[in-house]
Amino acid sequence: MFDRRLIENFDWGFLGIIFMICAVGLLVLYSAVTAGHDGTGIHVLFKKQAIWMGAGFFIIMVSLVVDFREFDTLNLFIYTLCVGLLASTYFFGQVGGGSRRWLVLGVIRMQPSELMKISLIISLASAYSDKVSEEGLGFRNLIKPAVLCFIPFGLIVNQPDLGTGLLLLLIAGSITLFAKVEKKVFFTFAGLGLAVVPLVWFFGLKEYQKGRILTFLDPDRDPLGAGYHIIQSKIAIGSGMLTGKGFLQGTQNALSFLPEQHTDFILSVLAEEWGLLGCSFLILLYFVLLFWGLNIAYGCRNMFGSILAFGVTAMIFWQIFINIGMVMGLMPVVGVPLPLISYGGSSVVTNMVGFGILMNISMRKFTKG
Amino acid sequence: MGRVKKNPNRDWVKQRLIGASLCILAVFFLLFLRLMYLQIIKGEEYRRLSKTNCVRLKSIKSSRGLIYDRNHKLLVDNRPAFDLTIVLEDAKPVKETVSRLALFIDEPFEDLMDNIEKAGRSAFYKPVTLMEDISRDQLAIVASHKFDLPGIYIDIEPTRHYIHPKTAAHLLGYLGEINRKELASGKYPNVRTGDSIGRYGVEKSFESFLHGKRGGRQVEVDVNGRIIKILKTVAPVPGNDLHLTLDLDLQRRAEELLGEHDGSVVGIDPNNGDVLVMASAPSFDQNDFIGGISNTKWRALMGDPGRPMNNKAIQAEYPPASTYKIVTAMAGLEEQVIDRTTTFYCPGFYKFGNRRYHCWSKYGHGEINVVDALAQSCDVFFYMTGEKLGVDALAQYAAGSGLGRPTGIRLDHERDGLIPTAAWKKKRFKESWQAGETLSISIGQGFNLVTPLQMAVLIAAVGNGGTVYKPRVVRKITDARGNTIQGVEPEITGGLPVSKKNLELVRQGLFKVVGGNRGTARRIRIQGLTIAGKTGTAQVFSRKAGEKFENEKLIRTLQDHAWFVSYAPAENPQIALAVMIEHGEHGSTTAAPVARALIAAYLGIDLEGENQTQAQTSAGQATETVD
Repeated sequence: MFDRRLIENFDWGFLGIIFMICAVGLLVLYSAVTAGHDGTGIHVLFKKQAIWMGAGFFIIMVSLVVDFREFDTLNLFIYTLCVGLLASTYFFGQVGGGSRRWLVLGVIRMQPSELMKISLIISLASAYSDKVSEEGLGFRNLIKPAVLCFIPFGLIVNQPDLGTGLLLLLIAGSITLFAKVEKKVFFTFAGLGLAVVPLVWFFGLKEYQKGRILTFLDPDRDPLGAGYHIIQSKIAIGSGMLTGKGFLQGTQNALSFLPEQHTDFILSVLAEEWGLLGCSFLILLYFVLLFWGLNIAYGCRNMFGSILAFGVTAMIFWQIFINIGMVMGLMPVVGVPLPLISYGGSSVVTNMVGFGILMNISMRKFTKG
Repeated sequence: MGRVKKNPNRDWVKQRLIGASLCILAVFFLLFLRLMYLQIIKGEEYRRLSKTNCVRLKSIKSSRGLIYDRNHKLLVDNRPAFDLTIVLEDAKPVKETVSRLALFIDEPFEDLMDNIEKAGRSAFYKPVTLMEDISRDQLAIVASHKFDLPGIYIDIEPTRHYIHPKTAAHLLGYLGEINRKELASGKYPNVRTGDSIGRYGVEKSFESFLHGKRGGRQVEVDVNGRIIKILKTVAPVPGNDLHLTLDLDLQRRAEELLGEHDGSVVGIDPNNGDVLVMASAPSFDQNDFIGGISNTKWRALMGDPGRPMNNKAIQAEYPPASTYKIVTAMAGLEEQVIDRTTTFYCPGFYKFGNRRYHCWSKYGHGEINVVDALAQSCDVFFYMTGEKLGVDALAQYAAGSGLGRPTGIRLDHERDGLIPTAAWKKKRFKESWQAGETLSISIGQGFNLVTPLQMAVLIAAVGNGGTVYKPRVVRKITDARGNTIQGVEPEITGGLPVSKKNLELVRQGLFKVVGGNRGTARRIRIQGLTIAGKTGTAQVFSRKAGEKFENEKLIRTLQDHAWFVSYAPAENPQIALAVMIEHGEHGSTTAAPVARALIAAYLGIDLEGENQTQAQTSAGQATETVD
């Protein structure tokens, strides 16, 4: 039953990269929660994050036992389970930061919207894998994926968590484009998109959401809130200059100008203390990680596996892009964490599950199935 | 293993992946460029900005909306309070500076340091409040020593001020600091840590209107923390003003009349449901709650047996006693178990089963009809009416009159009251309804419970010809410039379940309560004015079976609650009142005179000259009005 090739093909390199990013993450988090903090000992958030990462590696290892093609078979079951969890936040969810997105299961607080990302990727990969063709997908091929995508999207936006909702759409859109659509489909949707944007703007968005977008375009609109955060974040990043101020030496970090310096704005801590060199190192690590992911997609001899690998890579990519863009004032202030660097159990576990899937595919690339 | 899939064309996949790779490359290049721009090109500038840490936020508190009475008399406004704040970075060495300050203002050093600790690590460059609302003397000394006190600043904050302390305290409510849970709930988007929100009364119900929106300034400061440049200002938006339906003068008069009694007075305009008076005694001083009430004061309030923190007009439930006969009369007439000509004989008691149910009048009322039974509050008449009706029919009319559920006034903690039915008792006590209990119910004793507000709404509806209004406390909400943001229209919630003809009989009875020569409240008559009303004496009821009516003497010593519900002028009422005086013994002796004085005050009748002639006129009137 157990194939020796699985061991031979174990993707040590990929695991190594994840390890390095985790190490960078813990280092920066240590600084983010310690500097200016006068409590003694190691900060509880740091310990928690280390535990989550450990749990993440454990999940990777356990998940490798299951052949990734089982996900294809089970995709609808996983999807239904995740949508069920998501829907239950509506009834049993705990409110945090003005939205109902947490589920409490014993001692664990989880965000079903995080798991939903993985589940949607699996379902879309499954839906597209036997439909792909040279010409691209037609309208009829897109009905099922659209339904799969908009049910969780609606539920997440309703929480309300617009950031995660949009992330879901971006991931689904990336996968669909990767699977290739017919030209007429592409242009129809592009046209439709242009038409829908004003509609959504005037009828779909809540005032605070509009405010966020407007503030992004012009941070001066909210000099006391997001605008102030972005300005302080830019000061922190810029003041790092080439080599940074040194570990635990960040002054912007120490003065706690940001309420979320250990979560969404953690990159500014890295940038301030380690400078352009530190940031470039992290960006390079991410770059290698993403290319490795695409290479796994390329290496896989199974279309489901290829699309799945691409989807997970796209998920990581969008989080990196949106978060770094936001912190540097290029993107709206939406709460998207930086993978493996930002503090947060749900995010760590979700990304680890994603990496587990990539390693799984990498190990079994020669099995055609 | 797995389903059979067609072999992926690897060239096709490769082509797609190259596209994706290029996208990633482009995006990462863009991010890198941005990083270069921020850290290398603008690096020097940002390094300088970070060194001086010179960009600060200063919050500007919005002033809370004002509260006016119906005649535009100011009830609640804001006064400037002077707060001491500290910016730790500028106050170094902090301990020395604070100890010097403690000496100057004569406050314990530890208390000041506690406030700094509480603010935690986030506090280094943000102003931390050291002390709120310092006295004028303290202000003067701090201001004159400002060079000895680096990093200590004086902030002027608008602070709530209740102009007439204790007046309408329950209706107006008070403020309290917002807690973590409330902040996290997302219900208070404009409120920050340390801000106060309405905790009670209209301050709470209309919080979202009153609060306003905080403003702030992004400022650049020098090394000593002095502002050198204001970068951006967001002006605060003041809260909206409330215009109450309350009549301040009448309210104060009501509170004066309640005096040392525990109890409440509710006055309503029968024509629209406006709450003219809502007094609950004893009261409390809302100003004590500003900046957090002291423990001693809080404990004293909570320990007071008079329950000063309860709005007795809506939070206290009492047996309606004889005031409930209004409902019994309506039900009896409508269900046709009695009509205007029906008379019952009252020998002073009603024998039911093997028990005697007494009338309050030992000697009885003789042959009596419904109008006189109301006027003289004959218990026997209503025992017999209630017996014929049964508990559930009676309950139906009580519910139709708005009892047993909140009136819907926009104040928190309003109680439901209780209208018992046979099914209710079965559910509550797992016992069947006893016919004898119906007798108690029909004179408002037993399980029945009502709030004074419910009775005020009911009597107002009787007065206006049967329309039940939702009691309205706020007439309109205006912005700081006086433009109406929201008007609150009178709202009809239903009608009394009674025909005009039958209601007229009830009104006749209520008129004779005051106007008839044997009326239970004939002593409050005012010359030239018609008052209708109903007295009630609520036994401080013990539900133990043996203690009902045989123990008359014992119950008397428990000091009954006194009710009086009324409206005036009787033919075209302008005001309806429910007066409840706890342990006031008799509605006619303690509660009715309060109503009398308030009616006179509201209708502008001078009682001074009136008192002397009262004796003879009431005698004169009596001979005219007796049937």
